[in-house]
Amino acid sequence: MTTLLDTPMDATRADTPALTLNDAHKRFGAVVALDGISLDVHYGEVLALLGDNGAGKSTLIKCLSGVHRLDSGSVEMDGVPVAIHAPSDARALGVETVYQDLALFDNLRPTDNFYAGRELAGPAWVPRSLRFLKRKRMTESTREVLERLQVSLPDFHTTVGLMSGGQRQAVALSRAAAFAAKVVILDEPTAALGVRESRRVLDLILRLRTENRAVIVVSHAMDHVMEIADRAVVLRRGRKVGELVPSSETYTEIVSLIVGGGE
Amino acid sequence: MVALSETSKAPGGSGVLDRYGLLQAGLWSLRTGPALILVLLVLVVGFTTPVFLTTRNLGNVFSQTSVIAVLALGQLLVIVTRGIDLSVGATIALSGVVGAIVYEDTGSSVLVIAAILGTGLAVGAVNGLVFVYGRVPHAFIVTLATLSIVRGIALWASDGTLISGMPPIVQTIGGGSINWIPYSIFVVIGLALACFVLTTRMVWGRWLYAVGGNEEAARRASIPTRRVLVTVYVLSGLAAGVGGLITAGLIDAGSPTAGDLAELDSIAAVIIGGAAFAGGRGSVANALVGAFTIGVIRNALNLHNVDAFYQLMAIGLVVLLAVEADVLRRAIEARVQVAQAVRQG
Repeated sequence: MTTLLDTPMDATRADTPALTLNDAHKRFGAVVALDGISLDVHYGEVLALLGDNGAGKSTLIKCLSGVHRLDSGSVEMDGVPVAIHAPSDARALGVETVYQDLALFDNLRPTDNFYAGRELAGPAWVPRSLRFLKRKRMTESTREVLERLQVSLPDFHTTVGLMSGGQRQAVALSRAAAFAAKVVILDEPTAALGVRESRRVLDLILRLRTENRAVIVVSHAMDHVMEIADRAVVLRRGRKVGELVPSSETYTEIVSLIVGGGE
Repeated sequence: MVALSETSKAPGGSGVLDRYGLLQAGLWSLRTGPALILVLLVLVVGFTTPVFLTTRNLGNVFSQTSVIAVLALGQLLVIVTRGIDLSVGATIALSGVVGAIVYEDTGSSVLVIAAILGTGLAVGAVNGLVFVYGRVPHAFIVTLATLSIVRGIALWASDGTLISGMPPIVQTIGGGSINWIPYSIFVVIGLALACFVLTTRMVWGRWLYAVGGNEEAARRASIPTRRVLVTVYVLSGLAAGVGGLITAGLIDAGSPTAGDLAELDSIAAVIIGGAAFAGGRGSVANALVGAFTIGVIRNALNLHNVDAFYQLMAIGLVVLLAVEADVLRRAIEARVQVAQAVRQG
């Protein structure tokens, strides 16, 4: 779980999807949030999850990250059925999620943000909370990850609260990437950013793809989706209404699927 | 100050860089401010009042400040998690009274010390459990209630009077000294070191600051936030118990009125030390600096025969200054964020 970005990718994994969702159903009282959704995402692929407000995107990623439980349906990772009942389950399986609020600790430095809740510490016979931190190792591996993802922070030892929106987004994304051995889920990664900062974040997402992670991106920014996504799944009222490769030819089709123009 | 030299390497308009460096320098001076102010204070008082720097008087300062310092260590942990512990003063009284009663009944010094510290732990546990599991929105209400309850129990158990007599060992801890250095200051040093290691070197310390910085994110990161919060109040209670031990030893008695308003001193010390009420910020060293700032101001005013009323006002003013410094720091930090974004382009 503490292997940072260095999980070796075996060739056989390329054929089997990193994550498969089969016939997912979820309702909240009378509201049907997910109505039989199936999708998969492969290693080294960026899958865009599109849909209007209330289409079920948020519910879907919350089910995959363990915040909600599916009423019915199954999740497979590398073709093997898994149970995701809590956020810690998802993390243990190598699935990391970056929500819009980023869940950063403004009062802590990047390293401490990376390792919050999964500190490297010893000795092992001491209760976890009283173990001594391996501060140097955590700092070094955080620096390595940031360098590898080409995230430049003006001052590595500054608290995250003193960083700009783009830098914070980059820290949150790198944190997820560092600990997600398999799947990274991003909720509106560019929503709060300016043009220049969005650019950096998009580049970062493309780098995750190069690092062979399976990436699921929820986004309203169509131009960003067009640029980075290999495949797009469109949801509408809890149903999957389309799955296509985003390109200039399919642009209008995607938009009409999102707004329900075909009905 | 490292930040200053680093910024000069970065590309961009020089006006922005200067501004950024200036902001960083401002933050640095605010961070080291409390310690600088204490040093300045000691120098000024030392020059204007020769008696101040005599060993006998310094021994007095240490002795008078030790209880505030011990309480401030506990209060620091609480304030880092955005909480507050108003019950520590009352806990000093109750633990002393319980200790005195135990001493009357058993004559055992081990049992007396256990009873005093145990009382502190128990009050802390009640605070933490009621706050966390009673789902009270803020610890202010809980500890305000226990302040009243605990002080009430102390008065009831002692019939409202001083119960004299403490075992020699307790007297030594509270009032004894090696040459001019009081034993109680060694207690402070020991606890401060333990607190320093706990908060900066151990996993629990990371959890503490994580919970204080963003409780929801901490929960999502599977940090046991509830356990951390309960522990914080237990430790603050324990610190109050140690404060009770020192106080009882010093006055050789259990007093139901001991520790009156000590909670305010401890909160003031932590705030003067630059911790933020908003949580997530504060250090052991600076909490001690805050405690000694209060101690030195009191002592200096005492040496000049200034009325105790003025002492209260002086401490209050210093607290206001400290809070304003925190406001200033926030404003600067917001600008650093902007400068950061501009620089990056």
